[in-house]
Amino acid sequence: MVALVMIVGLLGLIFYQGGATFWPGPLVEITTHDGRTFLGEVTRSEDYRLDADTLNKLPPAIAANARALLAAHEGQMRRRLLRTGNFDLTGSEYQWVSDYEVVRETEPLWAVTVERTDWGNCYGVVQGFLVTNELRVKDPARAEVETNDPGTAWNRFQQVHEGVRDKLANEHYFVRLQTRGGSKGDKVYDLPVEEVVLAYPANQLSFGGRFKVYLTRWVEFLTDKPRMANTEGGVLPAIWGTVAMTLLLSLLVVPFGVLAALYLREYARPGPIVSAVRIAINNLAGVPSIVFGVFGLGFFCYLLGGSVDQVFFRDRLPSPTFGTGGLLWASMTLALLTLPVVIVSTEEALAAVPSSMREGSYACGASKWQTIWRIVLPRALPGIMTGMILAMARGAGEVAPLMLVGVLKHAPELPIDGVFPFVHLQRSFMHLGFHIFDVGFQSRNSEAARPMVYTTTFLLIVIIALLNLMAVWLRSRLRRRFQVSHF
Amino acid sequence: MTVPKTDQPAVHLTAPLLQQVSPPSAQPGAIVGLATPASTSKLAAIARGEKVETITHAAVSRETPVLEVLRFNLWYGAKQALHEISLPLPEGKVTALIGPSGCGKSTLLRSVNRMNDLIDTVRIQGDMKLHGDSIYHPAVDVIELRKRMGMVFQKPNPFPMSIYENVVYPLRVDGERDRRLLDETAERCLRGAALWDEVKDRLHESALALSGGQQQRVCIARAIAGDPEVLLLDEPCSALDPIATNKIEELIQELKGAYTILIVTHNMQQAARTSDYTAFMYMGYVIEYGPTADLFVNPHVKETQDYITGRFG
Repeated sequence: MVALVMIVGLLGLIFYQGGATFWPGPLVEITTHDGRTFLGEVTRSEDYRLDADTLNKLPPAIAANARALLAAHEGQMRRRLLRTGNFDLTGSEYQWVSDYEVVRETEPLWAVTVERTDWGNCYGVVQGFLVTNELRVKDPARAEVETNDPGTAWNRFQQVHEGVRDKLANEHYFVRLQTRGGSKGDKVYDLPVEEVVLAYPANQLSFGGRFKVYLTRWVEFLTDKPRMANTEGGVLPAIWGTVAMTLLLSLLVVPFGVLAALYLREYARPGPIVSAVRIAINNLAGVPSIVFGVFGLGFFCYLLGGSVDQVFFRDRLPSPTFGTGGLLWASMTLALLTLPVVIVSTEEALAAVPSSMREGSYACGASKWQTIWRIVLPRALPGIMTGMILAMARGAGEVAPLMLVGVLKHAPELPIDGVFPFVHLQRSFMHLGFHIFDVGFQSRNSEAARPMVYTTTFLLIVIIALLNLMAVWLRSRLRRRFQVSHF
Repeated sequence: MTVPKTDQPAVHLTAPLLQQVSPPSAQPGAIVGLATPASTSKLAAIARGEKVETITHAAVSRETPVLEVLRFNLWYGAKQALHEISLPLPEGKVTALIGPSGCGKSTLLRSVNRMNDLIDTVRIQGDMKLHGDSIYHPAVDVIELRKRMGMVFQKPNPFPMSIYENVVYPLRVDGERDRRLLDETAERCLRGAALWDEVKDRLHESALALSGGQQQRVCIARAIAGDPEVLLLDEPCSALDPIATNKIEELIQELKGAYTILIVTHNMQQAARTSDYTAFMYMGYVIEYGPTADLFVNPHVKETQDYITGRFG
């Protein structure tokens, strides 16, 4: 029961937070009592206790307003976190605004949210459209403006935005935005259209329009490479890395584990040695995963990989080819890590094959190997698949050992691509699990990273669930073949 | 392959095979007196651990034996399960093994194709001969030996594959790839097992989807696919309903002649209906062995009569 509540709660939180990340919210423009103006998207709000000192220092009218708000809200003051963006202009990306500070709050009609290739999001109100022959508008005050009407300017933007990055042109387009900088002051900013990834007038969107933006951002997330120290853009390399590693891991672990289980169950004579091997296998399941990481680094990367380099890639030394972390070594390390799971479940599946079937096969004059190959293994296949599913689930979620044997913060080169020999086993790769850690705890801007953490977690869960569903589907197909009738 | 260690090599070839018995009139008291004192009863003698000789009817020796069991003993660990069994199985005839549970019928049957080799604790003494070839000689290839016999088990045990593949399995393990030969064998054996008309349209569906009786007939088809010299049936009908049982019994009658059949059964009516010869076993001994008609109507041993009339068992 507790487990059920925990699972539902955890999934609910991740789905809610992760799913909401890309939903385009409205843009609010807030002017505070001390004359600062902010424009941004409300990301969250919280209640806090306003201390008396701050309250006493406020101008009388504002203080009275604050007291009224406090009285109406059981002594709590609400504050909202605005994502104001424009990091390049103001040096900050987020701003807390308490309710008592607000003197004016509007949703400007032509406020736009702009995702840029650099510097994160930009928020501003459209004022006009410019065309120049230079890369930057040096003096906004003297530049020639094509139009001053926001509607016309937006139409022009939409006309030129598509395909602007493919064009080698002398003309450069800019959207003139009125930005709000809070205490840093407001600026007119001419936004180069080349830098725009996605832009939308947030306050004009209908529900359908919002949904379209939402989908666009998901597609971008799933198919793009990461930008801005992983806090922006997509996670395609990480998805590829995770999937490729998991599949390779199951390819490696299943034959090895099944052979080991076959030997232990069918061939080895029970005795102290077999018992010792079984104990060792069970202990292997309890070894901390980082230990496997250290082993993988020492044995696979340095010893095996180093030897491979010595023999096959002599000309490239001293820079290592296989002698460093990579997809192959990471998969092999995780295969070792998940081996006990496969061995144990395969052994159980083998033991569950009815002895009447083996006897029937022997009575037909089949040898031991023929019996195993033709009768026992097919019959045990669903159980073996169960072991594979468990191994995949464990392997795909493992991060600690990967950090030692091949996962990088940023490796936009995919391990599988269209360049010969198509599968680059020696390449380092990105992994969703490590991506979560990196974005959440290693990034410059933890507020911006927070929704990405949830979204990436959401994605990791979905991918692992999909991989498992695939295996479960395969297993159920096999099961149907071996269905026993009830007479 | 695990072959149990036989402490003594199987050599009892010079020992007298059968103890010829005079007609029933020689032992009038044994049949007439129902209340024989327990101390003189064979059952009590067995319980005391004394050896009991097999009473074999004279009619048996007039047949040509295909399979001869020669003073065969078998132990599960320290416990002796078969004592000095000597049985000649007549060619082309059905021989039934009857007796109460745990008397060693199935053990004897499974010893014929050396299925007991699979159990590590089994130890044997004595020998069996199939057409004069020793079964338990150390040089015998067990796999080749098993290919000369077909076996059907108590519970239908079709393999998890199609009906067709089930039937041709003995050929498959021989490495047979000739499609035409496989097809012919499948049809011949399924016809032989009286199943062809029921399954000819779904040969490539899973055999596990068939009913119990059909599954058992698939197993019989599989058992005769290797063209065996002896067919071993281990209570083939005990898991089946009366109609399926009836079909299997008819089938046994049809297969008789072409194959030598050894059948273990709990059901004395079945033994009476289907077999030509019957051996009554008790506690690892064959008490009496003779033509079925004689054994049921006119047994030489009082204990046999007690058993078949339901006085114990």
